[in-house]
Amino acid sequence: MAIVRDIMPAFELFQPATVDDALRLLAQHGADAWVLAGGLDSFDWLKDRIKRPKVVIDLSQVAELRGVREVGGGLEIGAMTTLTEVVRHPVVKAKFSILSTGAESAASPQIRNQGTLGGNVSQDARCWYYRGGWKCYRAGGNICFADTPTAINREHAILGADRCVAVNPSDSAPALIALEAQMVIRNTQGERVVNAEDYFIGPAIDIMRMTVLKPGDLLTAIRIPATWAGAQFYFEKVRDRAVWDFPLLNVASAMVVTGGNIERIRIAVNAAAARPLRLTAVEDAVRGKPRNASTGEMGGKLAVAGAEPLRYNGYKIPLMRNLVKRAISGVEEAKWA
Amino acid sequence: MGLVEFATSPWGQSVPIHISFFLMWVAAIGGLAFLIVHAIWVQFIARKEAPAEAVSPEVAAKVPEKVARHSLASRLFHWIMAAAMFALLITAFLPKLGYQFPWVTYHWIAGLVLTASIVFHIFHASFWLDFWAIWPDSIDLEDAKRRWLRATGKTAAAPRKFAKYPMENKMYHAVIVLAGLSVTVTGLFMMKRVRTPFFTRNPYVFGDMTWGLMYVLHGLAGVGLIALIMAHIYFALRPEKFAITKSMVFGSISREHYLEHHDPERWAATK
Repeated sequence: MAIVRDIMPAFELFQPATVDDALRLLAQHGADAWVLAGGLDSFDWLKDRIKRPKVVIDLSQVAELRGVREVGGGLEIGAMTTLTEVVRHPVVKAKFSILSTGAESAASPQIRNQGTLGGNVSQDARCWYYRGGWKCYRAGGNICFADTPTAINREHAILGADRCVAVNPSDSAPALIALEAQMVIRNTQGERVVNAEDYFIGPAIDIMRMTVLKPGDLLTAIRIPATWAGAQFYFEKVRDRAVWDFPLLNVASAMVVTGGNIERIRIAVNAAAARPLRLTAVEDAVRGKPRNASTGEMGGKLAVAGAEPLRYNGYKIPLMRNLVKRAISGVEEAKWA
Repeated sequence: MGLVEFATSPWGQSVPIHISFFLMWVAAIGGLAFLIVHAIWVQFIARKEAPAEAVSPEVAAKVPEKVARHSLASRLFHWIMAAAMFALLITAFLPKLGYQFPWVTYHWIAGLVLTASIVFHIFHASFWLDFWAIWPDSIDLEDAKRRWLRATGKTAAAPRKFAKYPMENKMYHAVIVLAGLSVTVTGLFMMKRVRTPFFTRNPYVFGDMTWGLMYVLHGLAGVGLIALIMAHIYFALRPEKFAITKSMVFGSISREHYLEHHDPERWAATK
């Protein structure tokens, strides 16, 4: 029987006005509840009838989840703040431009007007086998349809695969990791704060989740410390269509350079694995070295150590190597020696 | 809630994909219930067996102070297998309980250790041990019937003493062979579906239905092992069986234990 895909399925809709009410609803309905932020990820799942929650909790009426606040030289961004608001915020642009660049590279202007920062970092994998409704590992089955000898897997993982080879598609995630951001998570038991790089989990840890959020949890805010304010930033996203597409790869780096040498650096890539990867080995290797093409090249090679390409995504290895090189040494220095 | 979860394959077939994981709790609770019922039965209900007839003084005189029960190789096999089995159960089921860690690699490594130990055991038992000593024979079956009748207050001839292994040992071994071979054989095939240094991944070596049944068998044997391991530990710690447990550490049982429980004609004592 054909599935009607142009209308929403039936579910019970709640529109809480406060975070506390939202948390109570999440605790009450547990795994049956679906959190709706901007809806850009959710509506596909719901209209395709692939995810069938009994309850949808729409956060659009929770004012306290919106807005960008300056806190101690850093920022606290409400999880429901739209990507457009993040992109246009003057302090984000002035002090943490890597985030506005990253957020602006996501999707299209219309989608950024509706999509939220919390939704962008919490969105599900875009693997079409998974989103097509196939019962793959990520959907609770026992196979990865994208990792078979005949699979179409051009956009999939080259690192960190463990049965599932889907990648995390967020453009803001690597920027937040580079900025040493922290994710504020609340549930009815209280609040916990996790580092941005620990917010994301790979299939080895839990093959059915992209983040540490469990039923009952709500990402309420993202805190960006002053640590990297005004540092040298680099963000680059490679995609098939410049107008609107998910990343084939993206890279973000924050760097403090003193006397031509890299004093401090944080660098992260996304769409290379099921979670955004902070490249700590690269950071350690290039710290204290001159910021030039040679250091960038060394960092690029180190970044792809251990990469395992699938049938159609081998191009991601040189792509990532080059992006990391550029993120360290800058575009002008990035031509291969 | 079904015992097995199904999914639709790309060809439109409904295929099994794995067991329902609530069976993990069924096995754990079932295992616990068995232990409690058994303990109550032994303590309060079953009629105590009269002391077995003593062996002749001539035969008893030939029995050494320590009777060898398990060779060093057998004991090493047992404890390596036990460690692998615990590692397999922990890596398989703790993630289901919410303790999250990258379990797959540890799981297949423990699986390979278990497989290697089983292969060793098959060869060791076939060529260096009395292969049939661990399998129930007609005397065991007849004596089991006698014991049951007598324990339930009915009249029956006294059962004979055991050979090397008591009947419960033999039955447990038979069941663990079934479960162990099921998990190892299916697990070895399942390694074709994860990344290991040994194979190129290829989930197409079997059809969706065959794979599904393999996952179901792996799961059933896996949860069955929860109950079996619980029972094993319980019996190992029971006072009347503790001499056997100690022999799995030290290799021998005492002369007194041998003479009380074992038939020299069915199992000749050696040093």
